[in-house]
Amino acid sequence: MHSPGRSPREARAGSPHPWVFAAPAFAVLAVFFLTPTVYNFVYAFTDWSSFKSAISPVGLNNFTDLAASGALRKALTITLVYAAGVAVFQNLFGLGLALLLERDTRINRLLRVVFFIPVIISSLAAGYIFQALLRPDGGLNQLLSALAGTPVRTAWLGSTTWTILVVILIHSWKWMGMSMLVYLAGLKTIDSQVLEAARIDGVSPWQMLLRIRIPLIAPAVTFNVATALLGSMNSFDIVQATTGGGPGSSTELLNLFIFRTFGQGLYAQATTMSLVLFLAVVFLAFPVIGMLRRRERTMT
Amino acid sequence: MKDRASPAAVHDRDRRRTITAARLLPTVVQPVVSVLLALLLVGVPLWTVLVTAGKSQAEAFSPDLSLPSRWRLGENLAEVVERSEIGPAFIGSIVMLVPSVLAVLVLGSMAAWILARRSGRLTAVLYAVGISGIILPPAVVTLVLLLRQLGLAGSAVGMICTYTGMYMSTVIFFVTGFVRTVPESLEEAARVDGAGPVRVFTMIILPLLRPVLATATILISLYVWNDVFYALFVVGGRMDTLPLNLFAVASAGIHLNNWHLIFSYVLLMSLPLIVLFAVFQRSIISGITSGAVK
Repeated sequence: MHSPGRSPREARAGSPHPWVFAAPAFAVLAVFFLTPTVYNFVYAFTDWSSFKSAISPVGLNNFTDLAASGALRKALTITLVYAAGVAVFQNLFGLGLALLLERDTRINRLLRVVFFIPVIISSLAAGYIFQALLRPDGGLNQLLSALAGTPVRTAWLGSTTWTILVVILIHSWKWMGMSMLVYLAGLKTIDSQVLEAARIDGVSPWQMLLRIRIPLIAPAVTFNVATALLGSMNSFDIVQATTGGGPGSSTELLNLFIFRTFGQGLYAQATTMSLVLFLAVVFLAFPVIGMLRRRERTMT
Repeated sequence: MKDRASPAAVHDRDRRRTITAARLLPTVVQPVVSVLLALLLVGVPLWTVLVTAGKSQAEAFSPDLSLPSRWRLGENLAEVVERSEIGPAFIGSIVMLVPSVLAVLVLGSMAAWILARRSGRLTAVLYAVGISGIILPPAVVTLVLLLRQLGLAGSAVGMICTYTGMYMSTVIFFVTGFVRTVPESLEEAARVDGAGPVRVFTMIILPLLRPVLATATILISLYVWNDVFYALFVVGGRMDTLPLNLFAVASAGIHLNNWHLIFSYVLLMSLPLIVLFAVFQRSIISGITSGAVK
């Protein structure tokens, strides 16, 4: 917006904030981010594959094929369950750690660094570590056997019902350090006088947490839940490295399906699933964007 | 008199006891619980990596928490360096990381500056488009098609453009929020002295952005350095990065049960990052926290 009281020099020099500065960023965004997204809406309706030289439109065939095989509903359900699970557990872990390590003691500062290590190492490496730990003859069963006194040989990654929960917990483990940091930052913003006043009024520690502290860190909760929910919709590495989508495709997230289908040369089908992922995220994201925008506005 | 405690003394002793009980929680219970939790949740996984990387192939066949009968960590690390493409993969990772991070930071902060300083409907719309990538998943399949059409498929340039496009939103989001906290009067002073937008941006704004750019650098470097999904689509098979190479080693190795090599690789690839993080942890942690919750 041009202010009416500009100096003549400014008028000659043009706007002090020319759009030219924003052009390169938006050019990159337009070409390498938005264009492929628009392509999603086109190629999902074609027979694009590695087996044909020409690409021709096929209408809704890809959708009806995927729906008929059950792959569409199954992968979407698994992805949504995964995202919801990660949103819950990553935040429980993160908040728990933040409350545990809240005071600025030397040992707490050290442990915050330790709990951030999983965030630093690659998800793929984390996946292989847990694949090794969770084998029937692996480290977890070894620990449990020592505790129980009898041999434990649970196949933690072998259940078609419960393995999804195990990979959710691994994903939550990998990113809990990030949530912890955000919650710690949130807890730091709480005015100590509010807590002192509540303590004098005889509020129990549990009530203090649920009624006073958690409501006061609402922005951190919003940020953490949103990033965990939407970020995990796009998950791949951890599940690929631990289960590869199994057992019985019970952990096959949309991205695993897309990767596998792409590898088979069925590009249009992979695109269709990519479009489904996109639409699922958009559907979930609008309320979340609203919250983030509101936060941005209150920030200024 | 002395052996019979006065009521006041009894009261005093009781109070002291409750105080010590209350003090036990922060001074003993909290540190003990936290350390045990850290050992269990982070220590056990890292221990698994270390001992398995130190075992022979036969011993590592079924990886667990036991110590190797003879440490052969050095031999295993040497074997990984020799048998996998870890050298070229490291160079590949650097080649992807440095230009993408530089490009996304420079272009992103230029755009963020304009978006933070202007107002109106057009700015709001462009800002929404600019940060959309934080939430929307990249269309990875059609991205490959686009890169083929542009002649960038399978190349480092294609991969760099992909990362730049993907993480532009993150930079725009963080930096726009930050610029809004910088008073515009600083710019006006320079403008009165005759500085144009280029000079104002490079001399005034960019130096002020240092904290937020440091945070964004760390976050985006972590994302790019550890990415395997997009790299599999864009350069997989034609170029190597560390995660891609680990994926190849492990995919070949799982059938052969080369756990000792997989975890030697994990050690080689993670240790530099962990050391780097340990050295800079104070500024990294404060940067990330101030970026996320303002």
